[in-house]
Amino acid sequence: MQLQKRAKPARHMLWLAPVLAIMLTLLTGTALFAALGLSPLPVLKAFFVDPVRDAYGVSELLLKVTPLLLCATGLSLCFRARVWNIGAEGQFLLGSLCGGAVALWFNDENLAGSARIGAVGAAVAAGIAGGMFWAGLVALLRHRFNCSEILTSIMLNYVALNLLLWAVHGPLKDPDGFSFPESALLVDALLLPSVVDGYRTHVGFVLALLLLVALGVIGSRTLLGFQLRVVGESAAAARYAGFHEGRLLWLVLLACGGLAGLAGAFEVLGPVGQVTPHLSSGYGFAAIIVVFLGRGHPLGILLAALLQALTFIGGENLQIEFGLPKSIAFIFQGLLLFYLLAADVLVNYRLVISGDSVAQVQG
Amino acid sequence: MASASSPNPNRAAPPAQPAPARLELISISKRFGDTLANDSISLRVQPGEIHALLGENGAGKSTLMKVLYGVHTPDSGSILWHNREVDIADPNAARRLGIGMVFQHFCLIERMTVFENLQLALPELKAAALQQRFDALRQRLGLQVRLEDRVGQLSAGERQRVEILRCLMADVELLILDEPTSVLTPGEVQTLIATLRLLADDGCSILFISHKLVEVQQLCERATVLRAGRVVGSVRVADSDRAGLVAMMMGEAPAAAPQRPLAVIGEPLLALRADNCGRLRSARLELAGGEIVGIGGVAGSGQETLQDLVSGEQRLPPDRVRFMGEDIGHLSVQQRRLRGVRSLPVDRLGRAAAAGLSLAENFLLTHYGQGPLQQGPWVDWRRPAGAARQAIADFAITAPSEHAPARDLSGGNLQRFLVARELAGQPRLLVCYNPTWGVDPAAASRIHDALQDARQAGAAILLLSEDIDELFSLCDRLGALCNGVLSPLLPRTEVSTELMGRWMTEHAEAAGQ
Amino acid sequence: MDATLIADLLYTALRAGTPLALCALGVLIAERAGVLNLGQEGIMLMGAVTGFVVCTETGSYSLGVLASTGVGASMGLLFAGLTQGLYANPVASGLALAVFGSGLSTFIGSDYVGSPLAGIPSLTIPWLSKLPLIGKALFGQDPLLYLAWTLALVTGLVLHRSRHGLVLTAVGENPEVAHRLGIRVALLRTLTACIGAAMTGLGGAYLSLVYTPLWTAEMSAGRGWIALAMVVLAGWRTGGVVAASYLFGFFSIFNLLMQDMGWSMSPNLLAMTPYVFCLLALIILSGKGRFSARRAPTALGQNFHAES
Repeated sequence: MQLQKRAKPARHMLWLAPVLAIMLTLLTGTALFAALGLSPLPVLKAFFVDPVRDAYGVSELLLKVTPLLLCATGLSLCFRARVWNIGAEGQFLLGSLCGGAVALWFNDENLAGSARIGAVGAAVAAGIAGGMFWAGLVALLRHRFNCSEILTSIMLNYVALNLLLWAVHGPLKDPDGFSFPESALLVDALLLPSVVDGYRTHVGFVLALLLLVALGVIGSRTLLGFQLRVVGESAAAARYAGFHEGRLLWLVLLACGGLAGLAGAFEVLGPVGQVTPHLSSGYGFAAIIVVFLGRGHPLGILLAALLQALTFIGGENLQIEFGLPKSIAFIFQGLLLFYLLAADVLVNYRLVISGDSVAQVQG
Repeated sequence: MASASSPNPNRAAPPAQPAPARLELISISKRFGDTLANDSISLRVQPGEIHALLGENGAGKSTLMKVLYGVHTPDSGSILWHNREVDIADPNAARRLGIGMVFQHFCLIERMTVFENLQLALPELKAAALQQRFDALRQRLGLQVRLEDRVGQLSAGERQRVEILRCLMADVELLILDEPTSVLTPGEVQTLIATLRLLADDGCSILFISHKLVEVQQLCERATVLRAGRVVGSVRVADSDRAGLVAMMMGEAPAAAPQRPLAVIGEPLLALRADNCGRLRSARLELAGGEIVGIGGVAGSGQETLQDLVSGEQRLPPDRVRFMGEDIGHLSVQQRRLRGVRSLPVDRLGRAAAAGLSLAENFLLTHYGQGPLQQGPWVDWRRPAGAARQAIADFAITAPSEHAPARDLSGGNLQRFLVARELAGQPRLLVCYNPTWGVDPAAASRIHDALQDARQAGAAILLLSEDIDELFSLCDRLGALCNGVLSPLLPRTEVSTELMGRWMTEHAEAAGQ
Repeated sequence: MDATLIADLLYTALRAGTPLALCALGVLIAERAGVLNLGQEGIMLMGAVTGFVVCTETGSYSLGVLASTGVGASMGLLFAGLTQGLYANPVASGLALAVFGSGLSTFIGSDYVGSPLAGIPSLTIPWLSKLPLIGKALFGQDPLLYLAWTLALVTGLVLHRSRHGLVLTAVGENPEVAHRLGIRVALLRTLTACIGAAMTGLGGAYLSLVYTPLWTAEMSAGRGWIALAMVVLAGWRTGGVVAASYLFGFFSIFNLLMQDMGWSMSPNLLAMTPYVFCLLALIILSGKGRFSARRAPTALGQNFHAES
C-alpha cells in the first residue's frame, strides 16, 4: 500500500474526511467502552443521544454551542491568515473576568430600566475589551518582537487562568460566600434574556449565529477575506500585492480576542451568573478543533460546534450515569482531531495498493 | 581497461568502436503524464571526454541527466557503465558507481560551513583525510575555496566550486554539470572551463549540459543535440559550425534577430536614485515611456532590491523616486500600482502568484481597489474571473479553467498568465526580472512580443535579466549590475558583449569609462 | 539566609528544573531535525500518569520509568505517523496530541488521585553529599536526575560533536538537499520524534515519581509549553537549553524563597510567575541575534514529501 499524490485535491474528500473521522472516533469509543467492561451501546447512547432527547436537552446543547461558535468564528479568521492563535482560552477567561468584574460593580437588586441596559452593555463591552487586550498582547509580541504566537498565546492562557483564580480568591470573592472562591451571584436584572422562556439558551446564541453568517460573507465576498487568504497562502505574495501583513495580524487577533472575550462575558452573564474558577470547560481549546473539523467554513463550524458541545454534555452525562470521569470528552475530542488529520491525507493523496500499481505500469 | 571489460551477452559487439565507452545510454525513454520527456535517447561518453548535451529549455536534457543520476527511473532503455548493464536506483547508487552531479540548484546547506557540507556528503572520510584530499585537489585545480567559510556567504561561483570539489573527492569517473554557467560571471566561466579541462586531462569524463553554444564550442569535443525529447544529432564540435548546431537545436535556421529601431526617448517617466539599500549599493536610473531598458548581471547583484525599490515593496525618502513629476519614494506598492507602476518578480509561484489560489483570485491580487475589477470592501468574483478568462484566451494559455489553482499550471503557462495580468493593468512602467527564465521557447517568444507591444503602446519597461541574448534582442538601452553597483545605461548600439561582460564583473565606475 | 536554607533551595531548584530540562532536550532533538511537536504537554502528562500507575501497581520504580518512556515514544510515533507518514499539519497534530494526552491521562489517573507513593529515594554519595551548600544539591539527588544529566551530556555530544548531529541538522535545515544526498529524511524525523517524546515522557515520570510523588490531573501545569519556549530562548543549543531549564527551575521555587523571607503573596499570582518570566525572556532576547527565533532550523515544522 502506498500514497500517490492526486493531480488535484479531491473536493468530495473535503466533506467525506470529517464524516470518516467521526465514524472512526465512534468505533474507537465503542472499543474503549467494551475494554472498560461496559456494554458500548447504552454508553454511546448516554453520550450522544440522551443529552438531546428533549427540548430542554437541545437548549442546553445550544447553550454550550454559543461560546464554541463565538471562539471558533474568531479563530477561523486567525487560522485563515495562518496566525496560530492558541489563546482563545485565555482571551475567553480574561473576557469573563473583566465582564464579570464590571457586572459585579453594578450588582444591585434595584437595577432596572435604562440603567440595567447600560450595566449589561458595560459588562459585555468590558468582556470584549478584556479579550481584545489579551489578544492584542499576542499581536504586539509577534509584530514588534517576532515571538511565536503559538508560545505567547499559550503562556497568556496560563497567566489569564491564574489571574482569574487570584480574583475569585481575592478582590471578587463574595464576602458572604463562606470560603468558596466564587463571586457573589449576579442579580437577575444583569442576566441575559432567554430566547424562549423556561429554557436557558440566551440571546448570545442568536448573536453567535449572526456573527457566523458574517464570517461566511467576509470570507467569500469581501476584499478583507481575500486578503486574509492570501496572507495565509503566502506572505511574499501578500507583500507583492501590497497587503499590510502587520495590520491584518492585528485585525484577526483583535477580532478573535474580542469574540472570545464576548463569549466569556456571556458565560458570566448567562448560564453561570457569577465569576467562578471553572468558567470555561476548555471552550477555547475545543474551538480550535471545531475550526479544523469544520474546515473554517461557517456551516462546517456550526455542525462541528454542535458535535463538540455534545461531547461536553455527553461527558457530564457519563459521569452521572456510569461514574466515568468527564475528561472522556477530551479523549473524544483529541481522537476526532487525530482521525480527521489522518483522513485528510485522502484529500491530496490516493491510497494505492502496490500490487495494483505494478500491474498498471506493466500493463 | 579494454581487456578487463567483460563481454555482454545481451549486446552485439559494436562495429568499429575504437574503445569501449565509459558510459552508454541505449534508448532511454521517460514519460511524465502526457509529455514524453525522453524519447529513446542513446548516448556514449568516452573516458576523458568532455561531452556536451545541447538543447533548448524543455528539450529533455535535465530529465535525461536525472535518469542517469538515479533521481528518475527510466520507463525503458538501459544504461551501460564500463560495458556492464547497471540499474541506478537512487543517487547513492550513482555515486557508488563513480558518477557525480552538480545540480543547477546547489546541493549545499547554507548554514553549514564548507567543511561540514563535505563531511555530510562523504561519510567514509575522516576529518584529517578529508582536509588532506581537499587541499590536494584544490592545489591541483588552483581553486580558491576555504573550508571554514559558511556556504550562505559564498557567491554562486564559489558554491559551484565547492560542489565540484565535493564530487571529485568521491573519486568520480563521470561528472555531470547541469547548466553550470548560468550562475557565473564571464570571468568565472573561464575559470570553470580551465578546471574542467584539467579534469578531463586526468581521465575524468564530463557531461556538460548547456544551451549556450559559445561555451560548448570552447570546451567540448562531442555534442549530442536534443530537441523535444529526441536526439537530433551527435556531432564532433570541431567539425560543425555554429549555425548548423543552432539549426539542430531549434529545428530550423533561426532568422537573424530583427534589429528593431531604437526608441526615440521622450520625457523621463521615472527617475530613481538609491544608495546602500540592501544589496544595492549605488544606482542612478532614468526611464522614458516607449523604451525597454535592460539590466544584466549575475544573480544576487542587487536586481531584487532594484525591483522592490521601483515597485514600492521597499521604500525610500520621497524624492529618491520620481514618477511622472511626482515624488513617490515613500508610496506603497498599491499607491504606485494605481499610478501605473507594475512589477513582475522572479519568483512566479509563491510571490507573483499564490500557489493555492485560483487564477481568478491571482488575477485580483494586483487588480484590487479603485479599478474596474473591484472597488470598496466587496468583491464580485465574476469580474476577476472574467478578466482571468480573457487573459487565458488572449495568451493561448493551457489551463483547465480560470478556477484552477496557480500551482496546476506549467512554468511557461503561468508566466504568460502573469505577464497578461500585469499588461491588462495597462502599466505606464513595468519592471520585470527574468521574465522568461525556465520557460519553453514558444512561451518566451510570446512574452517578448507582449513586452514589445507594451513598449509600442508607450509604456516604459525595465527588464532585469540574466540572459544576455534576451537583453540584446529586446532592449533599447543596456546596462548591468555588479555587486550592487549599476553601470551607465547606454544605447544598445554602443554596447558590445565584451563591454557587457566587463560591466557584469567590474564596478561600474571603473568599467563604464 | 543560612547555609542550610541555601543548600535546600539549590537542591529543590535542581529537582524543579529537571522535568523541564528532560522535556526541553527532547524538544531540542526533534526540532534540530525539523520536527515541531507542540503536543509536549499531553506527552508529559501521559508519561506522568503511566509512571505513577505502573509504579503503584507493580511497586517497581524502574518499571514505572520504563513505561513512561515507552508511552512517550509511542506518542512520538503517533505524531510522526501523522506528520511524516500522512503529511498532516504538524501544528494541528501537536494540538491534538496535547488535548488527547491531557484527556486520557486524567481518565486513566482518576482512580489514583490522592493515592500515596513514596517517590524515588535520593542517593547519598558518601562524603561528597556532606559538602556545605552544594553537597546535597549535586551529590544527594535521585538516580533519575543523574540520568537526566547524562542524557543532556549525550545529547550535546551527539548534536554538536558527531556526524549524527550533522545529518540531523541537514534534515532540519534543508530536507530537500538532505534527501538528494541520500539521507532518509522521513525515517530520521520519525526517530527523532520518538526519542524526543520518550524524553518528555521521562520528564513526566520525574514529576509524578520524584518531584511531587503523587498524581493530580494536569499536574504538568504548562511545563510542556514552557519547554517549547525554552528551546527557542536557548537558540537551539544544548547548553543553553539545560541552563534555561534550571534557571526556570529556580524561578519556579521562588515562592519557597519568598515564604522564607517572610513576604507573602497570593499563591495564584505566584503560580503565574514562570509564564510571565518566560514571556519577558522571549521579549528581551528577541532582538539578540544569538538567541532569537531567527536561529530556528530553517525547515522547522515543514512537511517534506520526497517525490521524483
